Amino acid sequence: MRHTISVLVDNKPGVLARVAGLFSGRGFNIECLSVNETLDPTMSQMTLVTRGDEQLIEQIMKQLNKLIDIVKVIDLETSDYVGREMALIKVNVDEARRSEVLSIADIFRGKVVDISPHYYTIEVTGDEDKIRAIIELFKPLGIKEIARTGKAALQRESKERKA
Amino acid sequence: MPEQAGYKVHRQVTGVKMKGAQIFLESLIREQVKVIFGYPGGSVLDVYNSLYDAKLQHILVRHEQAAVHAADGYARATGDVGVCLVTSGPGATNTVTGIATAYMDSIPIVIFSGQVPTMLIGNDAFQEADIVGITRPCTKHNYLVRDVKEIAATVKEAFYIARSGRPGPVLVDLPKDVLRESAVFHYPEQLNMRSYRPTYKGNKRQIGRAMEEIAEAKKPVIIAGGGVILSNAAKELATFARKFSIPVTATLMGLGGFPATDPLSLGMLGMHGTYCANMAVTNCDLLIAIGSRFDDRATGDVNRFAPSAKIIHLDIDPTSISKNIKVDIPIVGDVKEILKDSLAIASEQKVSKGLHAEWLKEIEGWKKIHTLNYKQTETIKPQYVIEKLHELTKGDCIIATEVGQNQMWTAQFFAFDKPRTLLTSGGLGTMGYGFPAAIGAQVAFPDKTVIDIAGDGSIQMNIQELATAVQYQLPVKIAILNNHSLGMVRQWQELFYQKRYSHSTFAAHPDFVKLAEAYGAVGLRATKPDEVVAVIKNALATPRTVIMEFVVESEEGVYPIVPAGAPINEMILV
Repeated sequence: MRHTISVLVDNKPGVLARVAGLFSGRGFNIECLSVNETLDPTMSQMTLVTRGDEQLIEQIMKQLNKLIDIVKVIDLETSDYVGREMALIKVNVDEARRSEVLSIADIFRGKVVDISPHYYTIEVTGDEDKIRAIIELFKPLGIKEIARTGKAALQRESKERKA
Repeated sequence: MPEQAGYKVHRQVTGVKMKGAQIFLESLIREQVKVIFGYPGGSVLDVYNSLYDAKLQHILVRHEQAAVHAADGYARATGDVGVCLVTSGPGATNTVTGIATAYMDSIPIVIFSGQVPTMLIGNDAFQEADIVGITRPCTKHNYLVRDVKEIAATVKEAFYIARSGRPGPVLVDLPKDVLRESAVFHYPEQLNMRSYRPTYKGNKRQIGRAMEEIAEAKKPVIIAGGGVILSNAAKELATFARKFSIPVTATLMGLGGFPATDPLSLGMLGMHGTYCANMAVTNCDLLIAIGSRFDDRATGDVNRFAPSAKIIHLDIDPTSISKNIKVDIPIVGDVKEILKDSLAIASEQKVSKGLHAEWLKEIEGWKKIHTLNYKQTETIKPQYVIEKLHELTKGDCIIATEVGQNQMWTAQFFAFDKPRTLLTSGGLGTMGYGFPAAIGAQVAFPDKTVIDIAGDGSIQMNIQELATAVQYQLPVKIAILNNHSLGMVRQWQELFYQKRYSHSTFAAHPDFVKLAEAYGAVGLRATKPDEVVAVIKNALATPRTVIMEFVVESEEGVYPIVPAGAPINEMILV
């Protein structure tokens, strides 16, 4: 099962290498990884997506926690969260297919960000499922290239008013 | 009081501007470091220049790998943090095996390596190596110091990380220009690491649940691992086991954590464990693992390990819990603290005499079926040598081992009653570990008897340290069990590879007696069983570095053996 894990780290040199080394050394899989500053310049936030059963995910969480420099590890899968990725998709276009490409982009609220005689580049933002769906729809039309970002994710706040 | 006198010196030095190399040494003094094991080189010349007048003891080894093993042996024997100092490039890369050895066994050491000047880093400079990158997977943590103002705080953090929580090796890389720059010396009073907060106190509810299970169990067993020794919990463990009449088996790393001569002791478990220990663990209904990580050498096939048992696991490291074996009651914390809390809960409890009498009788039955044994013949048996070493030292000594058959026979035939008396590379299994580790222990305890039990293969991996031992007049004794082969490999080839002895025989060997003498040490040899006792007595009475060579039976095997993939109750016994 895919798990999205949010990691808060001390912004020290080598911390990304440490996390990557941990995953590769123990045979854990990284499907995607993004890391950025937070409002606090001494801390960075890493969002990674990995795959495994319950026991494996538990080991991954514990091993991440064990690293010096890691401040907090949250398995977002255990709660409600908002996750977004962005993809740039370069799709084949010709007279026959041009309008279909545009209508698919429109349905997914994507934007055309580059035009050339044979290719359109579509920018689309959304959760995992939406990105997967638009790629599946473009495949029969011919995708030349895709560039994707990692996932940005935040926990949802409780909707109940506190008494 | 020496500590107070030292403190007065500290007062004079705070606020003084000094070079990075001096800040480094002052920081070590603040950490109560008494000895450094090291080897100089270009990048650390400034440190060695400051070391020339400093009050720190420095042991000059003959290979950087030995510096790390010696710091490791020092740490295991004393419980303090071991320290080593090496130069950049090849000096640093030579430490990697030693660091990985300490990492696998959770030993607190700090390795200081020189580095090329900061402006040359990444430039493929002379004697440059990305040692921080290379040791990232085998250190608990590591640092590259980029500013002289960071040296003191980094040293403080490094020592703290090395010795706290689950101990481990920490490497600090020091570029030459940083060591030559100046700053005002100020040693930080406190550390505040928001990202590192080890848990020491066990959860009260979990401890309560565990105590309930212990009260109900009919066939309990305790596995004592290396954590018992790292936590200095031998006393609490003995009180606990005896109070509840629970038999105790030890992993290789736990030997000495519970007295081997105690009636409740089952001996070591696992691949070369005793018959009764392996049978007891396989048939128990409650398994209490204390400071053990359920390594594959101890468990055999995990799917058939302790099949009818509820498992309680005490460990300071959450990643060890439920990693290999599913655990019913995990308790994260320092095992000494947890055992103390458990004994406090149980202090009001009345424990009946003759508790578990039937279970203990069943265990006696297994002891009758098979105990560790060997046949005396005209050739010297290695097990006999080890028994005699124990007898003639009365077990009052520190034993280091190399790796392979020598290590396993020592674990089986030398009764370890006290913690910190066995120094052995369990996790990584590093040949060449024992002799330098023995040197480290001897430096820590100049008046104790320290013996390295070695094979003829292993001893040659750090044989150059004979010079170190002789230079500092360290009366380490080396017992070489010479069977002219890479014994454990030969045994596996005999049992599992149809006796195809591929490159496991040493056709050429030095004359170990002459070699000892060439280095200025003493060399003794026994070729017949009736010469063994005299050689050992002679060595123990000689206040010098001594090699005792025992020419032993070349086809002797370590038994029992649990073949790879088998459960621990399926042992080959003969």
